[in-house]
Amino acid sequence: MDAKLKQEIPPDMARKEGMRLLARASFEELNAAWAALAEKPDVSPVRGPETGLVMVRGRIGGGGDAFNLGEATVSRATIRLSTGEIGHGQLLGTDKQRARLAAIFDALFQRDADRSAVEALHRTIASRIEAEDRRTAEETAATRVDFFTMVRGDD
Amino acid sequence: MYVAVKGGEAAIANAHRLLADRRRGDRTLPSITIQQVVEQLGLAVDRVMAEASLYDRELAALAVRQARGDMIEAIFILRAYRTTLPRFGYSEPVDTATMKVERRVSATYKDLPGGQLLGPTFDYTHRLLDPSLIEDGAVAEPAVKEPGEHVMRVSDILDGEGLIEGDGHMPEGHVMGDLTREPMEFPMARDLRLQALARGDEGFLLALAYSTQRGYGRTHPFVGEVRIGEVEVELDLPELGFAVSLGVVRVTECQMVNQFMGSAKQPPQFTRGYGLVFGQSERKAMSMSLVDRALRTDEFSEDIVAPAQDQEFVISHADNVQATGFVEHLKLPHYVDFQAELDLVRRMRRDYDAARAGSQDGMKEAAE
Repeated sequence: MDAKLKQEIPPDMARKEGMRLLARASFEELNAAWAALAEKPDVSPVRGPETGLVMVRGRIGGGGDAFNLGEATVSRATIRLSTGEIGHGQLLGTDKQRARLAAIFDALFQRDADRSAVEALHRTIASRIEAEDRRTAEETAATRVDFFTMVRGDD
Repeated sequence: MYVAVKGGEAAIANAHRLLADRRRGDRTLPSITIQQVVEQLGLAVDRVMAEASLYDRELAALAVRQARGDMIEAIFILRAYRTTLPRFGYSEPVDTATMKVERRVSATYKDLPGGQLLGPTFDYTHRLLDPSLIEDGAVAEPAVKEPGEHVMRVSDILDGEGLIEGDGHMPEGHVMGDLTREPMEFPMARDLRLQALARGDEGFLLALAYSTQRGYGRTHPFVGEVRIGEVEVELDLPELGFAVSLGVVRVTECQMVNQFMGSAKQPPQFTRGYGLVFGQSERKAMSMSLVDRALRTDEFSEDIVAPAQDQEFVISHADNVQATGFVEHLKLPHYVDFQAELDLVRRMRRDYDAARAGSQDGMKEAAE
């Protein structure tokens, strides 16, 4: 029954995408966005920030059944704004400060008045990641082998 | 007679102080930073992460520095550190098909979607010492080119013709195991074996993989593909009802394609071995895939005739933290054990000497 109910609620794709970006935000990006907020929200901690482990899974053969590959450090935080919104921050590594800021921006994203400021932060992070990925892809592409057929000597 | 003693506190404290001194080395040279280790000794960091079974580049670099570059010591330190942290959960399985590929080569297909991407490889270097690296000279920026099409998985190409076995499924109703939660038991299922191999010692797995090539459990392998790059790690958040990304990790994957098996019921097809390792380490991923295939004797009704096919032998000895613990403990005080042995050998020697003297007396008497 519970599982069925859960399936019927469509995941909040915009929030999920926002959390993906916040997980990869640098401390500088988060801090700059925080400094730029005209009104600092009233934040109270619900859980953490704390560092722990997540067991990373792979799939046999790449696409088969899952197996446990090894753990990764993860820092997470849950906060509540004075207006009631709950924010979750979770990211790889041991940086609890980043996790806490990510949680605050996740909460602010749910508040209409702050949504556009958080979206601006999302765009900043997204364009940096995109530029980095693009650069790596271009560097990799330059190492692609162009095969050519040798002219046969008996022709 | 041996009497138990205490002592050594001052010697131990001073030894550790001396270790700290030797680790720092010549004080007139600048100390190396963690970021320098991450950036410039990245593959050492990767090996420590893989064999400690903990993905965290900064902590692995710290371990390398703390261990003075002793890899197994660094792995030990990082493995010990992970036991101090709580487990938040299990990630969604990473999707290597959507990897941001930084290197991909295939030994089975020359022209394949995505192409042969060499990436930052040691291959085709001449392995000549480079004296120019003694100086801190300028390094050219990498060349760039317009990226090509999606880097298709080689196993998907062969799969289209049905000439290769699928990705690998556990028997119906199988519950995924976790080595960090349950004691080892044999026979061990393939998912647990892969977890053990992923954190196994690179040198040990390399030697076993090499042994299969030399005839000790031959598997006739081809590298279907090796790929290195970043994959996203997602964790399900029950509070939200969906999985969120935690960031990306770099992994190395090897799809080994092995000679065919077939039976009356099943048409002949290529079999596979799989390797997946944290960080950039294709030697380890390739070794892992060769050993994975060699260990699948039960699935293909193969006789166990070589060490690499014996899962209890392979898995029990692949973990270098366990191995070094047991081997290195021999140097710790065994004074009581040894005294007991010494006492025993003295008694045996007395008996032996007495017996010999007795028989010599007997011979003398017989001669007279």
